Amino acid sequence: MTDPIMEVESFRSESAARVLLGRIERLLKRAGATTDEPVALMEVCGTHTVAISRFGLRSLLPDSLRLLSGPGCPVCVTPLIEIDRSIAVAETPGTIVVTFGDMMRVPGSRSSLESARMDGADVRIAYSPMDSLKIARENPGHEVVFLGVGFETTSPTIAATIVAAEREGLGNFSILPFFKTVPAALDMLASIPNRPLDGFICPGHASVIIGADAYAPVACNRNMPCVVVGFEPLDILSGIEALLEQVAAIRANQGHAGVEVRYKRAVTGEGNVAAQKLLRDVFEECDAEWRGIGVIPGSGHDLNERYRGFDVRERLSLDVESPVEQPGCVCGEIMLGRKLPTDCPLFGEECTPRRPVGPCMVSTEGSCAAFYKYERDAA
Amino acid sequence: MDNDDRVKLAHGSGGALMHELIENLIVPRLANPILESLDDSAELPDLGGHKLEGGRVAFTTDSYVVQPLFFPGGDIGKLAVAGTVNDLSMKGATPLYLTLGLIIEEGLRLSVLEEIIDSIAEAAEAAGVSIAAGDTKVVEHGAVGGIIINTAGIGVIPDGVSISASRAEEGDVVILSGTIGDHETAILVAREQLKLDEVIESDCACLNGLVDAVLCAYPDIHVFRDPTRGGLGTTLNEIASKSGLGITIRESDIPVARKVRTVCDILGYDPIYMANEGKVIVVVPERGADIVLKAMRSHPLGQDATTIGTVGGKRGVYLRTEVGGLRPIVMLEGVQLPRIC
Repeated sequence: MTDPIMEVESFRSESAARVLLGRIERLLKRAGATTDEPVALMEVCGTHTVAISRFGLRSLLPDSLRLLSGPGCPVCVTPLIEIDRSIAVAETPGTIVVTFGDMMRVPGSRSSLESARMDGADVRIAYSPMDSLKIARENPGHEVVFLGVGFETTSPTIAATIVAAEREGLGNFSILPFFKTVPAALDMLASIPNRPLDGFICPGHASVIIGADAYAPVACNRNMPCVVVGFEPLDILSGIEALLEQVAAIRANQGHAGVEVRYKRAVTGEGNVAAQKLLRDVFEECDAEWRGIGVIPGSGHDLNERYRGFDVRERLSLDVESPVEQPGCVCGEIMLGRKLPTDCPLFGEECTPRRPVGPCMVSTEGSCAAFYKYERDAA
Repeated sequence: MDNDDRVKLAHGSGGALMHELIENLIVPRLANPILESLDDSAELPDLGGHKLEGGRVAFTTDSYVVQPLFFPGGDIGKLAVAGTVNDLSMKGATPLYLTLGLIIEEGLRLSVLEEIIDSIAEAAEAAGVSIAAGDTKVVEHGAVGGIIINTAGIGVIPDGVSISASRAEEGDVVILSGTIGDHETAILVAREQLKLDEVIESDCACLNGLVDAVLCAYPDIHVFRDPTRGGLGTTLNEIASKSGLGITIRESDIPVARKVRTVCDILGYDPIYMANEGKVIVVVPERGADIVLKAMRSHPLGQDATTIGTVGGKRGVYLRTEVGGLRPIVMLEGVQLPRIC
C-alpha cells in the first residue's frame, strides 16, 4: 500500500511547482492577461483560501493573475441573525449548544457564543456532530442543540446524526439549521454582469459529495470554466493551469467552458451517491440568506417534513431582534469577487481577528483572516 | 464589537492576547527591571546584597493545568518538573531546587495522587533537582479538574553565560532540537479521545542535560528558548521582536512527525503554533552552528536537531514554504480552533 503522507509530500515539490508556474505564465500571456487587466479566478472554499495564503502561492504567481476569495467559508456566510439565534439558544435555560469550533468567536449583534459561555451558558465544541448524541444521552434533562452550519461537505454527517437520533428515539436532540449549498451560489456569482471573473476553482471537499457534474450547468449556461481542485500546493497550481487553458481558448474563440477534475484521487463526476441520498432523505431545498450577499434562491438546505421536528425552532421560541451590520465593512464585495481584503479601509486596523468587524475576519477560513495571518507584512 | 472586559481562555494561549495582558496589565503594576526582561526565568543580580561566587541566580515559576492528567508520553507531574526545569535551562542556568504547590480537588483518588507524586520524584531525580519545599490545598469538587500544580525553581547561571531572547544577532543560525507539535497534538488526541491507529506521544522532557551539552561544546550561545504555548511561530516572534531583527525559516527543514502532521491537517491546526514541552530553539553565531548541531545530535533529546533558518533581513518572522513561496509567520492570535471542514 502506498503511504498517504508520502503522497502529500510529493504534492509539495518545489521543482514541480516551478514547471507549473512556467506553464501558467505562458498561458496568461496567451490569454492576453496583463497587470492592469488580469485574469481573475475565484476559489469558493475556505480551505483553498487558507492553502493559497499558507503556501505563499500569491508571492509565486504573476501579477497578471488575480485570485479572488468567494463565499466559501460557511461561518462567514452565516447571517448575523442566525448567530444571534444561536446565542439565544445557548442563553435559554436547560440547553446545551454543541458546535464546530469556528463558530465560538463569531460576534453576533451584541455577544458571541464565547461570551455566552463566560456568562454560564453550556456551549461545547465537537469534532463530529455524532458527539452531540452522546451528550444528549448523558444529559436527558437538557435540550442538546447542534448548530447546523456548513456546505454539502458537513451536512451529510449532520443528516446522519439526525437519522441516528430518530432511530434511537433521542427526544432531547435537535439542530438549528442554516446549511448552504454550493452550485446555486456559483450560478449567482457567474451571472453578475460585468464581473471581473474568468473561472472557478471549485471546492475539493464539497465536490467529493456532490460530484463534479454538479457544476455542468454553470460551466455550460454561463460559459464559466470550472475546475475541481485539491488542497496541496501542486493541486492548486495544476487547477490554475487547467482553468487558464480554458480561459485562453475561450478568449481565442476556440472553445466553450467546461468542467474538469484535477483532484481525481478524491472526486468523481457523480460524487458520493449514498451521501446525496442522505441529504435528500433529510433535507429539502430552500432559499437561503448569505451574509454580506443577500438571499440566493435555492441555495440552502432545511429539514424536510419528515424530520422537521428536529428543528430547535419547533421546540423553543427564539425571538431575536433584527440585527444591525457594522458600517464600513466590504465583506460582501470581497465575497462577490469585487475586492480583496487589503482593499478594505478597516483591514488590519479597526478589523482584526481579535476584534473582527465583518464575517470574513471572524473564521480562520475567512479570506480576511487568512490575509491577516499569512499575507500581511510581518514586521 | 469585542468590548468584552473579561478574561478569556484565549488569554492563556501563549499568543498575542496573553502578551497584551502581561505587558499592559500585569508588568506595569509590578514594575521592576528584573521582571521587565520577561525571559523564561528571571536573573537575580544578588540575594539581598549577597553575591554568588561564580555565577548568578535564575528564578522562575509556572503552573500546570493540563487535561487529561495522564497522557501518552507523560502526566501532569512530569510536566510540572520539566516545565520549570526548562524555564531555568533556557537562561543557561543549572537547575537546583524546586518548590511544589498542589491544589487538589476533593474526590481525587489517593492512588492517582501517588502516581503523580511518584512521577514528580522520578522526573526530579533524572533532572538532578530536589523538591525543597511545598504546599497542599484541597478545594471543592469540580473546581480544578482533579489537580493543578505550581512549581517554582531556582538555579545558577555560570559566569560567562549570557543568554536572552534579545541577544539574536544578524547572521546567527537558528537550530531546532527536533520535531514540533508532538505535545499539544498528543494532548488533543487524548482529550478528544480521537481514535488513531498509532499513538502520538508528548515530547515532555527536562532539557537541562541537552542544554548543558550545548553550552559545554560552545558557550557563546545567544538564545535558548523552548517553544511551549503558542509553538515555534510565537516563540520565534518573541525572539525577533526582542532582538529587533528578522528571522527567516524554511518549511521543508522543520521536522514534523508524519502522524502529527496528519492529525493537524485533518483538524485544521498549524503545527507551527502547536505547543512543545521537550524542544529547544538555539540561536548561535554561524561559526558555532556545526559544533552545536553535533553536540545536540549526540544527546538523546537532540537526535533530530537541524538548522531551520537564519537571523537577518526584514524585521519579523518569515517562512519560505515548501513550494518556494514566502509568507510571514505572525504571533498566534487567540486560540487555534478546530475548523468546520
